Amino acid sequence: MAGNNDALPVRTGFLGWLNKRLPVDQFMRDQLTGYYAPKNFNFWYFFGVLSLVALVIQLVTGIFLTMHYKVGETTAFDSVQYIMREVPYGWLLRYMHSTGASAFFIVVYLHMFRAFLYGSYKGPRELLWLFGMAVYLALMAEAFMGYVLPWGNMSYWGAGVIVNIFGTIPVIGPGLVEWIRGDYGIADATLNRFFSLHVVAVPLVLLLLVALHLVALRHNGSNNPDGIEIKEKKGPDGNPLDGIPFHPYYTLKDLVGVGMFLMLFAIVMFFVPTFGGLFLEPANFEPANPVSTPDEIAPVWYFTPYYAILRAVPDQRLGALLMALSLIFFFLLPWLDRSPVKSWRYRPVRWRLALAIFVVSFIGLGYLGMQKPEGLYVLLARVFTTLYFAFFVLMPLYTRGESTSRVPERVTSHHD
Amino acid sequence: MSDHSAPAAAEVDQDRRGFLTFATVATGAVGVAFAAVPFIASWNPSERTRAAGAPIEVDLTKLEPGQMVTYVYRKKPMYIVYRTPEMLKHIAGHEGKLKDPESKDSEQPDYTRNATRAVKEQYLVVDGTCTHLGCLPKPRFEAALPELGSDWPGGFQCPCHGSRFDLAGRVFEGSPASTNLRIPEYSYRDDKTLLIGVPPTEKGVA
Repeated sequence: MAGNNDALPVRTGFLGWLNKRLPVDQFMRDQLTGYYAPKNFNFWYFFGVLSLVALVIQLVTGIFLTMHYKVGETTAFDSVQYIMREVPYGWLLRYMHSTGASAFFIVVYLHMFRAFLYGSYKGPRELLWLFGMAVYLALMAEAFMGYVLPWGNMSYWGAGVIVNIFGTIPVIGPGLVEWIRGDYGIADATLNRFFSLHVVAVPLVLLLLVALHLVALRHNGSNNPDGIEIKEKKGPDGNPLDGIPFHPYYTLKDLVGVGMFLMLFAIVMFFVPTFGGLFLEPANFEPANPVSTPDEIAPVWYFTPYYAILRAVPDQRLGALLMALSLIFFFLLPWLDRSPVKSWRYRPVRWRLALAIFVVSFIGLGYLGMQKPEGLYVLLARVFTTLYFAFFVLMPLYTRGESTSRVPERVTSHHD
Repeated sequence: MSDHSAPAAAEVDQDRRGFLTFATVATGAVGVAFAAVPFIASWNPSERTRAAGAPIEVDLTKLEPGQMVTYVYRKKPMYIVYRTPEMLKHIAGHEGKLKDPESKDSEQPDYTRNATRAVKEQYLVVDGTCTHLGCLPKPRFEAALPELGSDWPGGFQCPCHGSRFDLAGRVFEGSPASTNLRIPEYSYRDDKTLLIGVPPTEKGVA
């Protein structure tokens, strides 16, 4: 099998001419056929490539939607209806884009959970994790501004609530909010700048961050379900003993995953595109109305855990602060987790329990963020918010001096 | 002939080089800061937006006691409530349940920081955007509404996150909002005409 140290094929004719000017063969060897990835990847390792697939879907459908969408407070809502009713296959392009947004977050959340399971955020992959988190933040900004563009009533009021969160910052808050909106309320100016950011600025930033994420990944190689460094055990050919070339092995495995993903994607897109109000909210089928609040303002499902944290606190400034902290803690994860062992397979019950509590809290908050903040729901949101922060804040304490089990030298699927 | 090869390390004046590097970077940074001004400033409200934010007139002759009208001023709905003597009575008596009964931490012109939070006590003029996150609290003027409890004195309730305000726009304890509803600058041009955006000293009688 071709390794990274193998000679490149001898080319003549056009390919020879090409390779002398552009390192095609060298790139293929370094990045695919000679890039060795751990041979014990499992189901959880589909979600990185699926995030890339979702990104491509959003870019392509977004480019075509932009051809028919008309930004502006008097034209935006109507142009979306025009896309849905009159543009040939416009309805399909829009449902691809709206389903794509939710699908993107589903695969990104699963991708992040994979990192929690196998300690992929730990050294030497801290920067890889930080780039990934930056991608996640950019994606949240992209999704939020994209949701404003149809200029439905939920777009309008959701934008108002989110932008006003910046108003809770002491001293500069009110001025900052006016600067973000460009008006005394959410208005045409706001819609126009969000459109510009949504279709140009944030996608460029996203692509740059994804590129950095991939470069950082390739530099140290992927982690794996056993959380061991395969580069430490190399064969006589200089390639990791527990590694297999990314191409053809993982490209083919990923194709199966992509096929499954696209099937599920198509089912949602064709049969339940609004997903019962979760992917497209009913209030957004009405045009923006500055003097009529929807009965209930709830963001799309992927923001609801943070929204629940915001609402769980009776003080608005503290609520906004906690919401910001709930995201910042993700960035600190590589330094909060003091265990020398990466994978949950070799970590004690204490860690598994903490992780389970965190996952339950996150999903619980996600559910509560969609409900009216009343009675028992408020209490539950406060309990889950406390557990959410306890997971991060107490992590240095409960992970230090962990009684881990013995980590194998080679991946567990290895047999001599 | 001049020598184009790089100088040996010993010949380099590191202090001078360090200073020049710093000076170059600093000059560049100042340039970038100035160049950023038009981009950042372009996000501020435009002249057209500012013009559209001019003061508005409200004709009070059509407002009956107990009624509320909403006028949009600077993209924000202004609630104007004609409070009946009965409603005015309900403003007092629940100070213990309010977060800021004397409006010390709330935003309003000084001439409305009084018991009824108004220039003329029968007319309440407030910015109807919730001080929590900007939704519109709904009027719930009737006292003791079943869903709000027998001690409800009448006021406003926000549909988004449940903040409650009394008939002077003061926020109740237990609401996510921390301050009372904002009051804009306003004055009366005459008995039946309200000017929102103009403080009393400039025009008309307070």
